[in-house]
Amino acid sequence: MSPSATPTRRQIHPPPAPASLFPYHPGSLLSASDLTLPEISHILARATALENQDPLTRDRILAKRRVALLFYESSTRTRTSFELAAKGLGADTTLVSSLSSSIEKGETLKDTGLTLRALGAETIILRHNSSGAAWLLEAETRLPILNAGDGMHEHPTQALLDLRTILAHLDPATKARHPERDKGPVILSDRSAAQGVEGPASPAPTPPRIDQVTPETLSGVTVTIVGDILHSRVARSNMLLLPRLGARVLLCGPKELLPELAAQVGPGIEIERNFEAALRQSQVVMMLRIQAERLAGMQLDLEEYKANYQLTGPRLATQAPSAIVMHPGPIIRGLEVTAGVADGVQSVILEQVRNGVAIRMAVVERALLAANQQGARP
Amino acid sequence: MTALVIRGGHLIDPAAGVDGLKDILLKDGRVAEIAGPGKLKLTNGASGPDIQTIDATGLTVAPGLIDMHVHLREPGQGYKETIASGTAAAAAGGFTSVAAMPNTRPVNDSPEITRWMQAPEREAVVRVFPIAAATRGSKGEAINDFAALKSAGAVAVSDDGLPILKDSVMRETLAAAARVGLSVIQHAEDTRITHGSAWVASMNAGPTAFRLGLRGWPNEAESTIVERDIRLVQELRDARAHLHVAHISTAAALAAVRQARRNGLRVTCEVTPHHFLLTEEHVGLYSTNAKMCPPLRSAADRDAMLEAILDGVVDAIATDHAPHAVHEKEVEFENAPNGITGLETALGLSLRWLYNEGKLPLGRILSLLSAQPAALLNLKGRGTLTVGSFADVVVFDPKAEWTYNARQTRSKSRNTPFDGWAMQGKVRCTISEGRIAYVGG
Repeated sequence: MSPSATPTRRQIHPPPAPASLFPYHPGSLLSASDLTLPEISHILARATALENQDPLTRDRILAKRRVALLFYESSTRTRTSFELAAKGLGADTTLVSSLSSSIEKGETLKDTGLTLRALGAETIILRHNSSGAAWLLEAETRLPILNAGDGMHEHPTQALLDLRTILAHLDPATKARHPERDKGPVILSDRSAAQGVEGPASPAPTPPRIDQVTPETLSGVTVTIVGDILHSRVARSNMLLLPRLGARVLLCGPKELLPELAAQVGPGIEIERNFEAALRQSQVVMMLRIQAERLAGMQLDLEEYKANYQLTGPRLATQAPSAIVMHPGPIIRGLEVTAGVADGVQSVILEQVRNGVAIRMAVVERALLAANQQGARP
Repeated sequence: MTALVIRGGHLIDPAAGVDGLKDILLKDGRVAEIAGPGKLKLTNGASGPDIQTIDATGLTVAPGLIDMHVHLREPGQGYKETIASGTAAAAAGGFTSVAAMPNTRPVNDSPEITRWMQAPEREAVVRVFPIAAATRGSKGEAINDFAALKSAGAVAVSDDGLPILKDSVMRETLAAAARVGLSVIQHAEDTRITHGSAWVASMNAGPTAFRLGLRGWPNEAESTIVERDIRLVQELRDARAHLHVAHISTAAALAAVRQARRNGLRVTCEVTPHHFLLTEEHVGLYSTNAKMCPPLRSAADRDAMLEAILDGVVDAIATDHAPHAVHEKEVEFENAPNGITGLETALGLSLRWLYNEGKLPLGRILSLLSAQPAALLNLKGRGTLTVGSFADVVVFDPKAEWTYNARQTRSKSRNTPFDGWAMQGKVRCTISEGRIAYVGG
């Protein structure tokens, strides 16, 4: 030991954080970033195949397999579509919600998960109000876990169904004419033509024309996510997923709901605070709900918010007349979007809902077929 | 009448300026004699079979380590730790004195609890020095009777776990503590920033917290409290108020401490091994053993901690040993309690990274782990090994490499991010006031 040398911190290189062991189970879907592009392609292809399959043969795929839905938060779309997806493949489903179970009596997530496993659950679909809950459940049960929304963190199946919706409106012919990146926007298919004369209450099926995704699939496409980014797991999952397919993600919202560091979540993400400016660049506009239940003491002037960020008919018509309008729901009509926009021809909100069933069939199938391969079935 | 001789070891006692081969005679809980190898006179009737000998050939002998920041969980939470189990872990880590924070159940804000913690019935194997609550119930409102707490054995006051937030209360605390010669240890966290109406920040604020969807604990919540406290110390300059910043974690707070010292103020600070080694990236995917308060910070802040240890701004290495039962940490990240254990890993990590990698002299590291905390807490006769001082000794092999296994801990809890980490410097023997408290392989 030579005491003469002046010590500096540069000589000390403490070990970096170890690589994550998650997901433990190949059937799990915890984060949108867990999926490779071939896996995404596979899920998209299976979603289409399962959607098109005869329901009478489809329900033999997972006949009598056991799927548990564990919901710590209320949900309409996600819960129902997961349930319909699992049942559509023939699985038995059981729903445990925090208000009608021993969770109310103080049972922990670990114990609830182990109990469901002991009851024969082969996969657990978890919706939880704490970020990271799905990782805890997977570590404790080692079952395939499908993250149906964890706190403010992620909602990967929503990002996948959003992707499927976007792909359905991506015109491959147009893309073919502009094969290089940054050669002008990709023009989305004509909405009124695609939907015919039917109203949004029963949207016409618009199957995606692309199910093999590459890093170029969404090149030239700008997706703007508007509103309460801070509290949104939908935003985070889309921010992690869409740029990997070449999309440019623009985030738009006030500072209270969209901190500057949001752009550092990953590559391909930018912030544009001016809503009109963001709209003008967008082929896809994804509106988010103001999450009153997570605002928790934040002072937010809703009138000012509406003035700056509400998607109104005139705004949409003048700034983004050919964009599609998405919303993960639930919609608060008259707050983030007007009723006219929600029901308008550019809206694909109900297509998103319908795509939820197809995508969730594919991820439930993936979870249980992976469980088969592992021999993990009890 | 027991006597112990430690022969053949290399004594490093930075406070006394000793760094060489020495034999030591310990008798009646004190250091009785120190001499060159084989030169002990063994006077005072210590002879023959009464003397137990420890062969320290090839080993380092040093003043027992002093951890000025631990949570022993008693009274009230014996399922996490007891004074007996916590001091056993301390002894295994080479510590002969630990200063126990008052956030027990109930809070240690009374002379009765302060005495209870030091009673022989607690079966401590090393010395426990209670740090009493600064305010009643650590609620940050009414200050306690510091004179009475000091007579009962309290060595400092703190509301650790919580800050003393109000300016007026902090000013009164600093002044009253100075009058009785105690330091005020501040848990610097502006809870008006880190606590929302329905949430509590659970990791460092920044891109990682945003990505993980976790509420962030910004650096300013620490540094603004430290800056406020330094202003109060400045105002109370004539009273010689002493502010000690617990578990400092941000470059900005360190800069404030550095400046205060240049201005001649009595402002000191401690840093934990986790804050000088780990970053927020170690939270990984919601590892609750990387959750503590203050949280793991950015790499820049972590590097500032290392820099400040090396350049001397940091006064002490303290562990903030905070045991929690396994079931308490096996929950959602946001719901998990703050804190990690640290008594058994502090020396091994310090030697591995500061001594082996950082080339910081062994004496400097031992000073940060013993002489300096002894001085900060005014522990007379500790942190040094001169004739007459307490026979608090650690004997360790500074070159031995080993791997920490949390399952073999002597603590009741094993919530550590350092499980499986390579350590350097194995404790062979810990002696507390002349009694062997730990013997290791």
